[in-house]
Amino acid sequence: MIKNKINYSQRQYVIGSIFILVAIILLIKLFIIQIVDDSYKHSSENNTLRYVTQYPQRGKIYDRNGKLLVYNDAVYDLMIIPSQAKNIDTASFCKLLNINNSTYNTYFQKAKKYSSITPSIFISQITKEEYGRIAEMLYHYPGFYFQTRSIRQYPMPIAAHTLGSIGEVTKPEMERDAYYKLGDYIGKSGIEKYYEKELRGKKGIKITVVDVHNREKERYMGGAFDTLPEPGSDIILGLDADLQTYGEYLMAGKTGSIVAIEPSTGQILAMVSSPTFDPNDLVGRGRGARYNELLNDPDKPLINRAISGTYPPGSTFKMINGLVSLESGVMTANTPYPCSGPNSSPIKCTHHHGSPVRLYDAIENSCNPYFWQAFQAMMNSHRFKDQKEAFQFWYDNVTSFGLGRACESDIPFTVSGNIPKREYYDKIYRGVWNALTIRSLSIGQGEILVTPLQLANVAAAIGNEGYFIEPHYVKNLGGASDSVIFGKHVINIKQRHFKDVKKGMQSVFEGEHGTARMSYIPGITVGGKTGTAENPHGLDHSIFMAFAPVDNPQIAIAVVVENAGFGSTWAAPIASLMIEKYIRGEITRPYLEKRVLTTNSAQ
Amino acid sequence: MRSKTFIGKIDIWLFVIYLALVTIGLLSIYAAAFNADHPHIWDFSQNYGKQLVFIGVSMLVGFVILLIDAKVFNAFAYVIYGLSLLSLLLVLVIGSKISGSTSWIQLGPISFQPSEFAKFGTALALAHYLGKLDTDLTKFKTKLTAYGIVFLPMLLILAQGDAGSASVFIIFLFVLYREGMGGRILIIGLVAATLFILSLCVSKWYVMIGLAVIYAIFLLMIDRTKKNVWLLTGILIAACAFVFSVDFAFHHVLKPHQQTRINIILGKEHDIRGVGYNLNQSMIAIGSGGFSGKGYLHGTMTKYNFVPEQHTDFIFCTVGEESGFIGCFFLIALYLALMLRIIHLAERQRSPFSRIYGYGIACIFFFHFAINIGMTIGLVPVIGIPLPFLSYGGSSLMFFSMMIFVFLKQDANRMNIL
Repeated sequence: MIKNKINYSQRQYVIGSIFILVAIILLIKLFIIQIVDDSYKHSSENNTLRYVTQYPQRGKIYDRNGKLLVYNDAVYDLMIIPSQAKNIDTASFCKLLNINNSTYNTYFQKAKKYSSITPSIFISQITKEEYGRIAEMLYHYPGFYFQTRSIRQYPMPIAAHTLGSIGEVTKPEMERDAYYKLGDYIGKSGIEKYYEKELRGKKGIKITVVDVHNREKERYMGGAFDTLPEPGSDIILGLDADLQTYGEYLMAGKTGSIVAIEPSTGQILAMVSSPTFDPNDLVGRGRGARYNELLNDPDKPLINRAISGTYPPGSTFKMINGLVSLESGVMTANTPYPCSGPNSSPIKCTHHHGSPVRLYDAIENSCNPYFWQAFQAMMNSHRFKDQKEAFQFWYDNVTSFGLGRACESDIPFTVSGNIPKREYYDKIYRGVWNALTIRSLSIGQGEILVTPLQLANVAAAIGNEGYFIEPHYVKNLGGASDSVIFGKHVINIKQRHFKDVKKGMQSVFEGEHGTARMSYIPGITVGGKTGTAENPHGLDHSIFMAFAPVDNPQIAIAVVVENAGFGSTWAAPIASLMIEKYIRGEITRPYLEKRVLTTNSAQ
Repeated sequence: MRSKTFIGKIDIWLFVIYLALVTIGLLSIYAAAFNADHPHIWDFSQNYGKQLVFIGVSMLVGFVILLIDAKVFNAFAYVIYGLSLLSLLLVLVIGSKISGSTSWIQLGPISFQPSEFAKFGTALALAHYLGKLDTDLTKFKTKLTAYGIVFLPMLLILAQGDAGSASVFIIFLFVLYREGMGGRILIIGLVAATLFILSLCVSKWYVMIGLAVIYAIFLLMIDRTKKNVWLLTGILIAACAFVFSVDFAFHHVLKPHQQTRINIILGKEHDIRGVGYNLNQSMIAIGSGGFSGKGYLHGTMTKYNFVPEQHTDFIFCTVGEESGFIGCFFLIALYLALMLRIIHLAERQRSPFSRIYGYGIACIFFFHFAINIGMTIGLVPVIGIPLPFLSYGGSSLMFFSMMIFVFLKQDANRMNIL
């Protein structure tokens, strides 16, 4: 016999007993929750639980001085749970809601298609007045109930492009983030989009017991399972509401943009794109219609020209070329170059001044031949192996000003503009090109394209004498006292060269021949440069960039007025008024303001 | 000789219980997944229509099993086991991810869960191994092999990240116990389970201090021979090592959602809207059923889909809400009858293979039954394993059915074993 054949069959009773014991334990627990404990039976046969989303207050937005830019106002959404909406007297209901029968059916089918058992919005954003009238009668219509929600309101009708707007989530947006349900709102553009996560807060839920008559009877389990909504964080922008308002006032009726930056922080002080619109227009139930209207407007008010309009910088680009030539070592600020006025070759001079000129005079007079010769000297420098290497030196320095790339901060949808690359010229000239071929670069024409934002940033970098902070909107997030930090970029050009260029830019206002002497502000030192961008589609664009005060700049600014001719006529006065407004808080030159406001720019 | 066909010889009680459970399952899935736009139970676009197909296919496979020679399953036990291991390996390579675990193989429109196959394969292999005449469970090598058969698939399933399905294999300890493994194994299991829960509830250091105190008390009480002291110290070290490994496994092997589920059961976390939501809703559904339930298709919690995954892992909610305590009692009695009937039949087998196999499947059913119902009423953590024959799902229904039919065939054939 094999010894292990002992009979263990008695053990069947141990195992059987364990089975029975566990079954009894399950039954005892079931007995407790089904019969003894009442709390689970709160919802009797015909009651249902209703999960009402508690929408949080979206974060408010303030300007740098604490002025309120965006807040919330209550509206009511009429919700539907299609599976509970039975025996509805559609005729009377439609009359109550002021809609017709086919609209009712469309809305109903849309909700049902989303889900017949989870609530969705039937009619959104019903006003307080309508709400009172409808809510009173709603008990006749099971499956319908109200949910409060807030919409955005703007006390000042400014900065529509910067602030952006919110709108109903789209299907792809819901798929990307499960937080959103049909009918929820999400930031669509500007600050609202970039800071969506901070602004939106966290939804809460209120569970109520609803009886067959569609009446909310009580909080389910005394509210034990409810969650409170968490309000979104407030945001403080670097924007100055007064300056922004003034900028929009000055630009009214013109096409173009203004960008003002605080050089020490990179914060946007004002960003105007004209024509613009009232942000209150894109709020509420009329949003869709008004949006389409703006979209189809031939003046394209929805486009933010400050970040997506690209222009040849014209003479304003001479600052950078001057700095690059100085840094290359082929010349100093005192190196003279001759100018033969309109007879100069290969580029003519459009201003009347003496000859030869040095850097300061060249900036003051915006002398084309000077900057062509400086550019040519740099390109032919023995420091470089060949012209292509010299060009690469130029390219690297130019792009270090943040040109030729999109902005890397909280400003969405910035375009990169264009700084041509070596490879580009190799391709179009089949490898054979030199300084003469690309001479238009020396005066800011040719392939170079910049946005007003980039131009303002260049002004900030020159004002700072060699560095800039990536331009951005936000100052503080969520009540924190510390500013939000964005990248600091140091430009690889010696500070003394910047000082020379700044001196020249100051004489643009103060010099005898200065191209912006008309816009001189008594008592405030300003460094600036006019520009006139050739426009193949019509009149030239008037361009100006500046910073002030010269020694410790508080504001850097770029102004572009489309199809308005010389930089000195339009862009420079607007920039000088903005600077005065920001630094002094008031305007001492009403005649200049009047001229800007009343004269038609597109003559 | 006997002229009766196999139909006459199969155990009609077991078959009827099986049919009853499958039918209750179909009706419950119909109630849980009911879609007013597709009210017909044979609408194959809906889960209940699909379940009807699964039942049909399972029955067909069952019928084929009854036609096959009973000896085949003993003879090919290792082959089937090997195939199931292979499929577990395969799932690690080409598996698709469903709710956090990679436990499905997608073959065109059919998805197949190898872990369900592995339970069946392991029951066969264990029965085959222990059923051999020369197997002696008192030998260390034999024990090791038996453990190996059980733990190999378990580890592979753990590797998929499906701790729930892996835990099912622990129940094979019951089978080993029945076949003569020392009774201590159950006690060790019980102590291990207690330590397991304790080390999750309180810091592992407290548990070890407690163990040290118990060690000291025992040391004072027992006869302090050299052998006893060494034994006791060994037990203490083993217990501490166990606590450490549980702690490690909890923090490094379990996925965050599994940790949370355990924490909620242990009362360490209150997260009503998160993971606790399922459990909370499930208990409300069952609790609101009361004594006699709300009536078939009248469960409000069920109808409005308050309980997620109600047609799969939480199918018991539908029974609890719509048929109340009476229905639950009846269903639990039915399961108990199923398990006890299998044990009863197993004990009358002449072939050890058939007996051990019978115990194997009874224990698998028991584990699923206890854990699944336990989780819906908050007795055990939410572990995603199906309720046999009731939960929606082709793989589980198919293999649970195969387990039953193979056993029915073994039982019908018992008189032919000498």
